[in-house]
Amino acid sequence: MKVVLPLKVNGDDYEVAVPPHWTLLEALRYELRLTGSKQGCDKGDCGACTVLVDGKPVLACLTLAVAARGKAITTIEGLAHRGKMDPVQDAFDESGALQCGFCQSGMMMSAKALLNERPDPTEEEMRLALSGNLCRCTGYTKIFDAVRRAAQLQAEARRVALGQDEG
Amino acid sequence: MLRLPQFEVAEPASVDEAVQILKAHEGRARPMAGGTDLMPNMKHEIVVPEVVVGLWRIPGLKGVRIEEGAMHIGALTTLDELAQHPDVQAYLPALAEAVGMVAGPQLRRMGTIGGNVCLDTRCVYINQTYFWRQALGFCLKKDGTVCHVVKGGRRCVAAASNDSAPVLTLLDTRLLVQSAAGIREVALADFYVANGAFNQAREPDDLVTEIVVPLPAPGTLMAYTKLRTRAAIDFPELGVAVRALPGPDGLLTELDVCVTALAARPVRLAIEPELYQGRPLDEAVIEAVAQLAYKRCKPQTNIASDPAYRREMVPVFVRRALRRAVARGPVAG
Repeated sequence: MKVVLPLKVNGDDYEVAVPPHWTLLEALRYELRLTGSKQGCDKGDCGACTVLVDGKPVLACLTLAVAARGKAITTIEGLAHRGKMDPVQDAFDESGALQCGFCQSGMMMSAKALLNERPDPTEEEMRLALSGNLCRCTGYTKIFDAVRRAAQLQAEARRVALGQDEG
Repeated sequence: MLRLPQFEVAEPASVDEAVQILKAHEGRARPMAGGTDLMPNMKHEIVVPEVVVGLWRIPGLKGVRIEEGAMHIGALTTLDELAQHPDVQAYLPALAEAVGMVAGPQLRRMGTIGGNVCLDTRCVYINQTYFWRQALGFCLKKDGTVCHVVKGGRRCVAAASNDSAPVLTLLDTRLLVQSAAGIREVALADFYVANGAFNQAREPDDLVTEIVVPLPAPGTLMAYTKLRTRAAIDFPELGVAVRALPGPDGLLTELDVCVTALAARPVRLAIEPELYQGRPLDEAVIEAVAQLAYKRCKPQTNIASDPAYRREMVPVFVRRALRRAVARGPVAG
């Protein structure tokens, strides 16, 4: 028997019918066709499936879909706004913070969660925030560069927005 | 890709309702809080319940309050909330430290203290896929009759792997446990048993609802250290909690060490008072305690890390824990 679930994903309301033993990751990938969240280890080790649930980074592979009922879910597909990339996406792009790219959406979601909570994170806070995301290619250096750059871009965007308000 | 076996999900709105559902299914139902332990274990078919009883709709089981000299921690408080809580950091800094070392940032936001206290034991021969375990002929903990760690062993030696347990053990923690029969209090020392197949005195319809931690005496020094290969992913390969109480003259009156990830339950090392009593917590005492711990701890091949190396790390981590406890200074009081 499937369960009909209301899910709020990237600001849109959906109703999905899933078996009760499906994970949130499976509901996102196989029902909503949002395949940006990756199915990596599928047991909580790698962080490639990281999504935001009510603003907090969690692993969609270890979350039952039914447990996400009524919660606000943000996936990598929800970062860009009206065709404009999020500062985190621009920063990863500019910094070349990927090789194979498999970990990247999870990395960006963890980075986004960090910058939402702490717009100007310390080096230690940044490393800790990304410590649950495994990258097997890059050695992390360019990923950390990207997060520092994202914090800059976000601060610049905020200054511009404030300036416009004053004007 | 690891898919879950089929099950139904119940979402009770109260503890009463939850324990009734658990009782009705007589061991074929499992409670789930954050799910970070149960989900992989179900994917590996180590646990195959008919019904998962989700606890996420139950109100009132979250949060921390200090009452009558004890910290009362709701079982559904997440590990991240606990690690960041100012009262926990002030009064129980070693607990904040220990739960802050569990897994990574995402898992600490999902996993709960009740779940960590009730964490299943772990072994290199059990935390594998069904296919992998089947290829080896299964083992004592699930589906099999042999132990691959202890030749001819009749009792499962899967390791207690919860970082919170050794710290809570040193603080004489009590658990509030609710079942269909009512509410009772269980001392943590009686909760863990030396059987890796299931290391808890917990019936299928028991729910741990609150963790009651008596506040340590003013002046208490405490710390937790953890050996692990990768900081954000791995369960402990060794966990060491220490507690020391110097008198007003700075000389020790109590000293206690609890180790985990070696046996099926956290093991409190009974340190002989002659070793420390009436002496300051200096390098000489630290070295004596470290050597005693080395003598008493014998890691096995239950964890995927060389047992000889883990044994050599016992005195190293005891020293680190004691030095950190001294460096941090006494708990608030």
